[in-house]
Parts: sequence; C-alpha cells; structure tokens
Amino acid sequence: MLTARLNHLEDNYDVVIVGSGPAGMAAALGARAAGANRILIVDREREAGGILNQCIHTGFGLHYFKEELTGPEYAQRFLEDIAAQDIDVLTDAFIADINADRRMVLMSGIHGVRVINAKAIVLAMGARERTRGAIRIPGARPAGVLTAGLAQKFVNLLGLLPGKRVVILGSGDIGLIMARRLTLEGVAVEGVYEILPHPNGLNRNLVQCLQDFDIPLHLSTTVVNIHGSERVRGVTVAPVDAALRPQLEKSWEVPCDTLMLSIGLIPENELTRKLGARLDPVTGGPVVDSTMQTTVPGVFACGNVVHIHDLVDFVSQEAELAGRCAGEYVNGRQRPADNVKLIPGENVAYCVPHTISTDREHTIYMRVKEPLEKSSIRFGEVYEKKVRYVSPPETVTVTMRPRFLERFHGEALRVDVRAQQ
Amino acid sequence: MIQDVIIIGGGIVGCAIARELTRYHLSVLLVEKHCEAGFGTSKSNSGIIHAGHHASPQTLKGRLEWAGNPMWDALCRDLGFGFKRVGEITVAFNADEIGTLEHLKAQGDQKGVPGMEIWDRARLRQEEPNLNPDLVAALYVPTSGVINPYEACFALLENAHLNGLRLVMNQRVVGVRAVPDGVLEVKTLDNAFYSRFVINAAGLFSDEIAEMAGVRTFTLLPRKGEEYMLDKRLTGFVKRIVFPCPTPVSKGILIIPTYDGTLMVGPTALATPDKTDLSTSTAGCEEIFAAVKRLAPGLSERDVIAEFAGLRAVADTEDFVIGPTRLKGFINVAGIQSPGLTASPAIARMVAEILQAEGLALVPRDDFVPTLRRPVRFGKLSTEEQMRLSAEDPRYGHIVCRCEHVTEREVVDAIHYGARTLDGIKFRTRAGMGRCQGGFCTWRSMELIARETGLPVQVVTKRGGDSWIVTERPAEAEAEVELREAVPC
Repeated sequence: MLTARLNHLEDNYDVVIVGSGPAGMAAALGARAAGANRILIVDREREAGGILNQCIHTGFGLHYFKEELTGPEYAQRFLEDIAAQDIDVLTDAFIADINADRRMVLMSGIHGVRVINAKAIVLAMGARERTRGAIRIPGARPAGVLTAGLAQKFVNLLGLLPGKRVVILGSGDIGLIMARRLTLEGVAVEGVYEILPHPNGLNRNLVQCLQDFDIPLHLSTTVVNIHGSERVRGVTVAPVDAALRPQLEKSWEVPCDTLMLSIGLIPENELTRKLGARLDPVTGGPVVDSTMQTTVPGVFACGNVVHIHDLVDFVSQEAELAGRCAGEYVNGRQRPADNVKLIPGENVAYCVPHTISTDREHTIYMRVKEPLEKSSIRFGEVYEKKVRYVSPPETVTVTMRPRFLERFHGEALRVDVRAQQ
Repeated sequence: MIQDVIIIGGGIVGCAIARELTRYHLSVLLVEKHCEAGFGTSKSNSGIIHAGHHASPQTLKGRLEWAGNPMWDALCRDLGFGFKRVGEITVAFNADEIGTLEHLKAQGDQKGVPGMEIWDRARLRQEEPNLNPDLVAALYVPTSGVINPYEACFALLENAHLNGLRLVMNQRVVGVRAVPDGVLEVKTLDNAFYSRFVINAAGLFSDEIAEMAGVRTFTLLPRKGEEYMLDKRLTGFVKRIVFPCPTPVSKGILIIPTYDGTLMVGPTALATPDKTDLSTSTAGCEEIFAAVKRLAPGLSERDVIAEFAGLRAVADTEDFVIGPTRLKGFINVAGIQSPGLTASPAIARMVAEILQAEGLALVPRDDFVPTLRRPVRFGKLSTEEQMRLSAEDPRYGHIVCRCEHVTEREVVDAIHYGARTLDGIKFRTRAGMGRCQGGFCTWRSMELIARETGLPVQVVTKRGGDSWIVTERPAEAEAEVELREAVPC
C-alpha cells in the first residue's frame, strides 16, 4: 500500500480534492489530465484509498479495468498513477471548514491547523453508514451493536473480530460481504434479516455470500428488540406486514453477541452544507450539472457524496469527469451550459446528473423505486431503452447521445420506467 | 482506617456531596459500582437546570429546586462543565391552558423566581418561529438552563478528588452494618470500609442499601424516561427549552436545545419494576414524536441519531427522602427524582448541615481548591486559537471524532483524567456522540486508550464489565479471556 505523507503544504492550490477514495483518486487524475497544476488530495485516514482498503474481496474493476480485482488492488492502480503524476496526497488530515470562496480550514497532526485556498474543489468524501438511531431499533443499549463497515475494518484491517455469534440486520452489500467474511473467520452468522420483501444487495452477492455458505436470508423480517445490559445477548425478530409494521405476536428470539447493521449509506455532506450548495432530498447529495459542478461555482462533487453507487467502477468514471471539469474550470475552459433538466417520473427515484446539455454525450445514472421485469426506460418522447429487469439495488445507466435530442426543443425531460408495451 | 464519611454512589448527588464535604477537614471516601461517575441515572436525564417554579414550595423537592438553581453559575465558573441559562417556555394551546400558565407563574412568584413573563401569540411567534402557529400563549422563565449532567458529575468528582477525596470505583456495596465503637462498616464484594457516617446516595438502589442497613422506610419505584437525540442540522431550531402545559402527573414531553446544540426530545414517564431496564421502545418513540410534532410540526423521527432511556428514582412518598435514620450515622439521600439534578448542590449543602447536627465537626480548610482546569473544546475555538494551540501541540491538529471535531489531545487528556472506556471518553469529550455514532472514532479512541494506558486494545470496553468491543480470532481466544478478567475496565 502506498502511503503518502506530505512534508510541504502550500497555501494555494489549483484543485483541492476532499477524500482519497475511488472518487477522489479518479478526480485527481481527471484534473491533471485537464491541465491543472497544483493538486492536493486530503484524506482523514492514515492511508490513501478510502474504503477500498478494507474491501479485500474481489469484484472490483470488471467495468473499468475489464478484469476482477480486490479493493486494495483497485486502489493501488490509481495510487500508482497519482504517484507517477506527482499529485500531492495528505493523509491523516481533515477539512474542518469550508466556504464558497473555496477557503478551507485543514487539520493535520503534522501541519496543525492551516487555512488553504483552491481555485476549484472536488468533494469526494464518500458516504457514512446508517446507524441504529436512524431506524430507532427499540431495546437495550449494550456493546455489540455496530455497522457492517466498522466490523469490516476490525476484521480486515485490524485482525480482530467484532463478536462470536452475529445477527445481521439489512441485506445491503456490505452486510452480505461481511456475512461471508465472518463465516470464513469462524464466526457463527445466524442469519440476515431484511425488512423489505426484496433483498437490498446485488444478486451476485446474494449468491456468493449467502447461498454458497448456507446463511439464511429472512425477508420481510426485522429486529424489534435488543437484549443485554453490558454486551448483546440476543435480539428479538419479527415478520412485518405489508405496511412494514412488525407483527409482534409472531416474533422469536435469536441468541447472539453481536448485531451488525447493513441498513444503507448516507452521502457525507457536512462540507457541502457548509458551502451552501443545494442538496437533492432524494439522493441526499448535492444537485449537480452535467460537469458534476454543484450549485456553488468552482465546487464539483463525485462518487457517494452525490448519490450512493453500487459499483466502484461507476464512481471512478463519474469522478474522472468531475476532476476533468474542475481542471477545465481552473484553466478557464468552459463547456456549453446545460439546457435540459431531467425530471424523475414513474418508478424513478432520481437521475444524476440533474441537468444535461444537448450538445454532447452523457452517462446518466438512475435508481428505480420498485423492481420491474421487462421494463422500458423512456426519456420523454425522444428515447426509449428496453431492460430485462430493473431493481432498486442496481443502478441503471443510460448513455444519452446528442442525436437522441436532435429534435427535442423543451427544457425538461421526464424519465419514466414502465412495463414494456 | 476509619473515615469520617463514606458516600455510597457516584451520581450527581454523591458527587455534589463529595465536593461539598472536601471543603472541610474530613476524610471522605466515595464508593461507586460503575467504572465512571454518573453512569446510572445521572447521565441519562434531560440535562435541565429547572427554572424554580415547577415544584410546589410545600415539598422538599420544591424548596431544594429553587435553592439549587442559583448555585450552578458559580459551580460552572469554577469547574468548567457545559451549562448555559437558555430559559424555558411553557406553551398553551387554549384558554384552559393559559389558566395553568397563570397558576405556574403564581407558584414561581411565591418562591421569588425572577423575570417570568406571559407571552401572547405574536410575541411567541417572534421569539420561537418554528413552534406550532396554533399556540396561543407561553410562560417564559429565564432562570432555567441546559447542562451536560455527566460533565457536571466528572467535574465535581475530579475536583473533590483534587481536594483529597478517596475514590473506590467498580465496587458494588453488598452490606452496611454497625460495628462496635459507633463505627459503620460498608462491605463491597472485595473489601470492607469503615466510617462514622455513611451517606446513602445510591440512586435507584438506595432502598436496597437502606434495607442492608436495616432501616428501610421507603420503596423506590423506577420511572423510565426515553429521550431521542436529533441531528445537528436542527441546531438553533428552538432557542429555549419548550414545555407543553403540565398535567398533574408529568411535566410532559419537551424539546431541549442541549448545551452543545443537539436537539433532544423526551422524556416519557413509565413506571417499570426492573431497575436494570434501560430499553427504548417503539411505543415510547411514537409517544414522544406525536407530542413534539404537536409542539413543532417541523420535527420528525427522520432526524434521530441516537436514543436512550434513564430511570428516575421515585420514592413512594413522591418527595425526596433526605435525613438521618434509626441507625446512628446512616443518612439517606434517596428518592432524588426530578428536579434532583437542579437541587443537587443544595442537597449537598443540606447533607453537610445534617452531618453537623448529627455531631460531625465541619472545620473549613484554607487549602481547598475550588477550581479545575477548563477542558479545551477545540472544535469550539476560533480558527486563530486553533492554529496557535495546534502549533504548540500537534495532537490538537489530529482529528479523532469527525462529527464533533474532537482532537487527539482532548481524548488523551480525558484518559489522563480517568476515562478508561469508550463511553468514558464519549461523555468527557463528545467523541462518538455525533451523527455517525462512533463509526469513525471507535477504533481511534480504542487505540488511544491502549496507547496511553499500556493495556491491549482488546480489553477496552464500552462501559466496563462485560461490554467488550472486539475479540481475537478463535485460535487466540483463550488467552484473551484470561487477559480480560485480569484487567478491570
């Protein structure tokens, strides 16, 4: 692993990138490719690479590198390029404050508290995990309730186990990956409980992480009580009705010493809020145009800060564009402004970017609300794409080409996902 | 060695008494069963210094509430815990409720509570625009404040310790009896301690301690209160503590702008037979949010970041039980329910007077140190101050808790002042109290405890006892169990 500890910190940079995960790394390379000179990546962890460092399983890079890599291998490819491109990386450091003039307060155990300025900023802070409080699981408050990501850090980076007998709530991808990982470490995984009637993780993880290890998945079931005064000694689970209300009379107890939560990610937007950038209440991230610029000029965003991605490959792709556009911004090059707004319609939770331009090609990332077989994705009357199956955990990507929009003269394009006629 | 006084219980009451008694030439010992002060009822209450007008002056709790209220300014100045007089409003939806506000105001006037005002609809709307526009009036009382009760416990105890208090943590009292020569014996599982006076400040368990001493005259009926902490984005949503109109049994469910800006809503009030039941419930959550949405329609469950429950130590007399007993030297300070936190410095004063009346000579010390060094809250400093401090000590530049901006130096200080557990660090520094709820700082705090104490990281617990965080891989598990048993939290 490549560790970057920067000895000299400037006061002024062309581009400062907040976060050295997959988004930040690709953004830095994009900014360099667009000709930005002084680039700084800041990361709060001790090593660059973000969450990839603890994702020691494979499955990364199938789209981006056309081969299957582990998380650290995927990060390493970018870090080598970053080193070769002479891009500064400051780890174990934290951006505590930021404003729309692109002035930042940086905290570092080596450099102390410093004020730095940038001509452009790329927000690439990623996401944080939803916790027990977010879903208000009733019961006692013993030790042993933790998120899947923290459990993954304990096991994969620190060589420690979060427990000996684990119940997993939520069928998000990290939870599924950890079900397998803990089983391989000799931990008893009692089961995965999902409140929704459909799983929340990628199909390949359901097969490779649960089915292959005989770990039961209980759909439409949730944890309704946590027991134990010092350490968890069990949980009560219950099926839920169609309105997701637990049916307590049908509940049962599962003895365990750990409750691991994989109940979703929240885009990490403390800094985005401080900047005063507009946020999309559906994605939880900033509203971005087709250059990944937020509503604050010169501030770009990419990766899980903008919306939760299911594959890192898409993060890299999106972040490279954000970095490239940040570099162009610094050098005074400007692409034609967007002229079409995308409106999420039937069975569409959101579309990113929020606006596009009719003069160039765009990759549009969408998430649906409900699973649907034989579906048709329609962009107003101008474009239709038929897809065999869509479901909420899997991002839908659509390439929007200028020729589709040749005869479109409106300002807003509604996007619907319906059953094929 | 025979002490002058043994205090059983290191909650807010025990800590306040300990600090009060160390003003005098006395040998004082405090016995606490948890690994930290205030980890029973004290840390899980609403954190309010009540204005003084709520409880009737006919009750002991009513008198001590108003006596205790003004004492907090000096305590805060000397000891540096989080305390702020934000004021409170009790709101009314209709004419009947305005009648209740007037009754409350009359009760306050009788006690001499200053600065109370009845606000009309327009004034209320102007002062607190996020409350329900249907509200017709409010009683404003400027004397109430918000406090971090756990910080107050730590600070009182630390100051008492600085002034010579002997401290026994992690030891549960299992027996109290008279031995010859007017001496009382207090037994824990591992030890026996001796003194002329014993103060029973054991909170929820003070009836059991009184029973051990053979002088139980009251029963405690725990009453549970659930509280929900909301995301920091709501900081400033209300400026003052917001009370609904009280009912005969409860002050109701409140909106509390806590000292650090996080909004807290609660508490419920539910009798429970189990003194260890600190569980939160779906029903409690629903009750609280139904009530607070009525007060302020902009609040919702969506913003909850954490929840907890505490148990009020309610005596069957519904009032405080403070005073000597048939057992010479054994003094009860029990049934300290709301407004016990507010009253605690006045309770401490009262206990000193009782001790004197019972024959203990109180000779003031001239070497008593009333102050503590003020803990640095790095995240609250100006950028210039932060730059200066971090240049002096780079550990101030190193972030441990990203949500609350707590630095390595603050955590190291907390460890040096006695924190040995994750909750010990959390309640001293706020590391882990923010919206990610420890996702980022858990490991960093564990590492720092291990580094600063020389203990292996696997023995670090959430709050002592069996509240372990991590375990080793199975092959190494056996050695680890022995290790954990050997090292107290």
